[in-house]
Parts: sequence; structure tokens; C-alpha cells
Amino acid sequence: MSSATATTASAPPATNAGKSALARLGAAFFGRLVIIIPYVWLLFFFLIPFVIVFKISLSQTAIAIPPYTPALDFSGGISGFLAQLKQLSLDNYTWLTQDALYFNAYVTSVIIAAVSTVLTLLVGYPIAYGMARAPATIRPTLLMLVILPFWTSFLIRVYAWIGILKPEGLLNQLLLATGVIHQPLIILNTYTAIFIGIVYSYLPFMVLPLYSALEKMDYSLIEAAKDLGCPPTSAFWKITFPLSLPGVIAGCLLVFIPAVGEFVIPDLLGGSQTLMIGKTLWNEFFANRDWPVSSAVAVILLLLLIVPIMLFQRAQARAQEMDR
Amino acid sequence: MKSLGSIRRDFAPWNDPNAKPYIQFDNVTKKFGDFTAVNNLSLTIFEREFFALLGASGCGKSTLLRMLAGFEEPTAGRILLDGQDLRGIPPYRRPVNMMFQSYALFPHMTVENNIAFGLKQDGMPKPEIASRVAEMLKLVKLEQFAKRKPHQLSGGQRQRVALARSVAKRPKVLLLDEPLGALDKKLREETQFELMDLQQNLGLTFVVVTHDQEEAMTMADRIAIIDKGEVMQVATPAEVYEAPGSRFVAGFVGNVNMFEGKIARGEAGSASIDAGNGITIRTDNAGTAGAGTAVTFAIRPEKIKVSSKKPAEAVNAIEGEVYDIAYLGDMTVYHVRLDDGQVVRASTMNAARITEDPLSWNDRAWVSFRPDAGVVLTR
Repeated sequence: MSSATATTASAPPATNAGKSALARLGAAFFGRLVIIIPYVWLLFFFLIPFVIVFKISLSQTAIAIPPYTPALDFSGGISGFLAQLKQLSLDNYTWLTQDALYFNAYVTSVIIAAVSTVLTLLVGYPIAYGMARAPATIRPTLLMLVILPFWTSFLIRVYAWIGILKPEGLLNQLLLATGVIHQPLIILNTYTAIFIGIVYSYLPFMVLPLYSALEKMDYSLIEAAKDLGCPPTSAFWKITFPLSLPGVIAGCLLVFIPAVGEFVIPDLLGGSQTLMIGKTLWNEFFANRDWPVSSAVAVILLLLLIVPIMLFQRAQARAQEMDR
Repeated sequence: MKSLGSIRRDFAPWNDPNAKPYIQFDNVTKKFGDFTAVNNLSLTIFEREFFALLGASGCGKSTLLRMLAGFEEPTAGRILLDGQDLRGIPPYRRPVNMMFQSYALFPHMTVENNIAFGLKQDGMPKPEIASRVAEMLKLVKLEQFAKRKPHQLSGGQRQRVALARSVAKRPKVLLLDEPLGALDKKLREETQFELMDLQQNLGLTFVVVTHDQEEAMTMADRIAIIDKGEVMQVATPAEVYEAPGSRFVAGFVGNVNMFEGKIARGEAGSASIDAGNGITIRTDNAGTAGAGTAVTFAIRPEKIKVSSKKPAEAVNAIEGEVYDIAYLGDMTVYHVRLDDGQVVRASTMNAARITEDPLSWNDRAWVSFRPDAGVVLTR
């Protein structure tokens, strides 16, 4: 730079070129850095833990600390390490196929998550539609109301549902007092309670992507459809709904994926009778202290969820393409 | 006023007392809360007419169009189409189609399906839809874009798809909301003529909303000038320009010079106007205004001649000083400050490449005009 400043009068373009090249290099570095940070995050908090869990799933349970064997270390040198690796086996995965409990738990979880997702969509779509069509001045307030429940702990909100749903709870008291029913409804500790819990807890995850898809839709499209002879209901199915599909897909996957592995809601609202994989995993880990089997359960759960996650990513990519 | 007719000489149903109106706004009022968008407005449009609603934004012209399309219902009054009262008929049952300002093309459908949308709604048989769509694509010269999605088209192409979609159903009336607003100047000028051809060929009634007076003047058979929800004047482009009915219309359409004054002496249409400061204007177009009436004398810039010497034969000649000159290529605009301080705008076509005796800034100059060049306005 010093030589460049000395010759500014004769060669200012060179100085500019040098500066801009340096600036470009800097920009490229920061551009990379911005991308690298999330990847480093994923490496440390997703990939490495997953490799550890996967390794444990290949181990055998043992009465020790940690409660499995082998615990990999390099105290025996390379040969000792390889000998430890030889002890790893797929026995736990074979075990999962032999006990019907696991298969049933997986299937039930997927079914419960799917049904809950559909219910959440049915409840969430009208809410999102109403919000998107509301006057622009009150939309931020409505959005705030949707997000507001997050200000209270998830656990406390699920506990609150016990108070509402139990046989002597608020809902039954209300229905009995108004004479709608004469016997208290048994909702708590049933699958119905799980559905209510999941729909309630995950509703914002459905409403927000739906709202963002519906809100950016040009209302004149609906007017154009009507103008061309399309009655309102038909216009909804031909224009509004197809255009909101990216939001529908995003919302459904945002509900489905965490709902499959949900543990708190089935445990608190579903009681001991209901079977879900998240609860099974918890029992294996904490009640049975069988880390290898619970790790195997977790690995299978992850593989099960990778398919919808990839679908989600593809839908997002396509939505971005559409926006372009 | 023998030359102030329509461009289509054989087409002037508004002059025919027996002509049946096609669209009628009958004392229509539309209020949005406290705001009156359209105020007790009556208007008649004839079949096969190219009718323009011209006004500044927020004047209520779009509301008129939306009421015709059925998106808004009048608060009071009624709208008749071909003798039928449109009240209560939803937009999807009205025999009118609209071309939206934003085009409102369905982004998830191909060009083909966009055009076919209205036809499918009518339950038209598939082979007929296919042939009609092909015909429409040919009409707007987009045959090779049939399978494209709207986002793969340019602005001009989208405009054509929107047009094709709105005429595909052969509506009784085509409503166009600022149809050329989103196009650049050159494309807009081309498209104006294409729209006129299309209207002639299809024999449809067009009602176009625009804020662009040039666009309205170019395309329309008649123009309604709207201000604050009221019709100021309905007339052919030539009449609107040459015989404005009010100060507002004269000022709104094109450039104009206005002199406030009082009729000093008048007989049989011609009059002398005392415009103050010793300026007397003689005009043949005083109409029925009698002596003593306060009037505005309005004259277009191109009807005023600017010269360095007082023209010998001129009836009206006023002296002043050249205050500003704008050379625009095809014409030159002079701003001349009269001795009483009023600035007069005069434009001269540059018919010759070289001007003899050119005027310059601060030169003394005379503005002169013929007695039939201006109009006398009492409103």
C-alpha cells in the first residue's frame, strides 16, 4: 500500500484495483465464515453426538460406568482399539425386531403423529386464513397472540391440560353444569388427550408457515377467479389452496417430525396405557438403564424421520424457486 | 365547432337520441365508511364503445369499474347492463370480464391454463376450449409460450396473457384497470394501438380506467373526466381538449393558460373580455355568457404565437418578456411574463430546422392568438 500511496498521482487505477481485490477477498472470507458457522454447529451438536449414540447402539449393556461395554479408549494402543471395535455388533437392532413392542411403538407413533398433523392442519388453516384476510392493522396483534403461548413453559402448559381434561377437571365441570353431559367424560389418559395435547402444542408451527404463505398471496387472484366465473368455494380450492401448498407442507412437517418423537405429551396426558416411541425410549434409558438398546431405538427413529425431513427440504427449495 | 367529432366518423351513438344505452350508471353513490368514493354519479356508455374513465388517483374511477365487475355494490343508485339491473349479481355471474392492473395471472398455472380458466368454469367442451385458447394465443401472438408459467414471461407478455384471458370468454363488456400502467413508454404506445385494433375486431365494449390522459386521448371514443367521485365532463377526446366544459377539465387535460376577467361587451357569441391591467381579449367562443359575467378565458399553449414584433393583423396581442425557453426537439415552449406579472405558456412546432429571428431570454416579445383560439369558461 505504501508504494501505491507514493504513486497515487500517476497510477490511481492500480490503487483502486488493489483495494477492491482486497475488499473482495475480505467479503469472500466473511461469506464463507457465515456459511461455516452453522456447519460447525451441526458438526458439534448433531453429527458428533449422533456418532456417539450410534457407537453406543452397537455396544453391549453392562453394570458399569458408563453402563455399556466396550468404552472405546486408546489405553491398549492401536491393536487394543481394534480389538474393542471387534466387540461392536448389531445385536441390539436384531433385538428390536424380535420384540413386537418396539415395532408397535414405532407404528403407533407414526399414526398418532400423522392423525395429529391432519387435525392441526384442519384447526390451523382457518386460523391462518382468517389472520391473512384480517385488516393489515390488526395482523401483528393476531400474530402476537399465536406466538404468546411460547412465553409460558411448554411443560406447564401441558400440565394445565391435565387440570382441564381430568374427570373432575374444568371441561367436565363446565359440561356437567350446563347439562350437556351427565357423566364425566374420560379424556385424560387416552389417545384423545394426546391428540388434544399435540394439536394445542404444535398449532403455532402449523399456523405460522400457513399464514406466511397465505398473507403474501395477491387477493386480486381471487377476484380474477371470481371475475372469470368461479364461485368463492371453487376459487378457494383452485387458487388459494394450491398456492398455499408450500405453507401446508412446511406446517405439516414441522408438526409431524417432532410429534413422532414426542415424549412429554404422551407421558403426561396419555397415561401408562398409551404406547409411543418417545416414551419407550425414555423407559429403556432411565427405567431399564439399557443405553445400547435405547440408542438403537433413537437411531432407528432418526432414520424414520430423515424421509420427511428430506421431503421438507425439497418442498422448501421448490417454494424458494417459485418465489424467484 | 364542425371539426370536433370522434375519430371513427361513422360511430357516434351518443349523438343519436334513439340509441339504446348499454351500460347505465343511475345516480350511483358509493361510500366506504365516511369516505364518499362515488357521489350521485350518472353515466351512459354505448355498445361497442371504447370508453375511458380518466382521473387522478383516488378520484373514484376504479371504484366505478369494480362496481361494474361486481366486487363492490353501490351504496345507492343502480347500474344497468343491457337493460338488466346488476344489483345483487355476484361477479362470477356477470357477463363482464376484467383485466387487472396487476394482471392477477394465476402463478401456478401455465399460460394456456390461465386463458382456459374462465372457459372451464363455463363448462365448455374440451375441444372447444382448446381451439378457443389457440385462437386467443394467436391473437396476442404468444403461441410459443403456451406451456410457460407467468413468472417465465416478460412484463409485456404477461400483459398479453392477461388480455387474452379476459377476452377469452367473449364478455359483453371488457373492463381494463390501468391496462398499460406497468409497461414502459415505448411498449405502452405500441400496445395502445393494438388494444384499439382488438376492440374493433372483436366488436366488444371496452371500459378503461386510466390516469394517463395521453392514453385516454389515444384510445377512447369518449372520455369521462372524474374528480372527487363526480363526472366533470363526458366527451370525445377532441371536445375534451378543445371545448372543455369547466376550469377543472381545461386544467386537467393538457396544458392551458387561463385569464380571469369579466365580459365587457358581447353579442351573438363573440365578446370582449376585460382581463384587467388593460388587457382586453376578443373571442368568438363566448357562448351565452352576457355582459358583466365573470369568466375564465382558457387557451392552449400551441394556439399562441410568440413574436418579437407586434403582428400587424392580430386581433389579440399582448406584450411581455421572454422568461423561460424549453427546447424539446419537436417543439419549443416559451414562458412569457406579461407586464402584469402573469406568465403565459406558448409552444411552437419546430417545423423548420433553422429559425430566423430567434427569441432569447429577457427579450421583449408579443403573444398573439386568433379570436376563435380559446374558450370562455363560466364554471
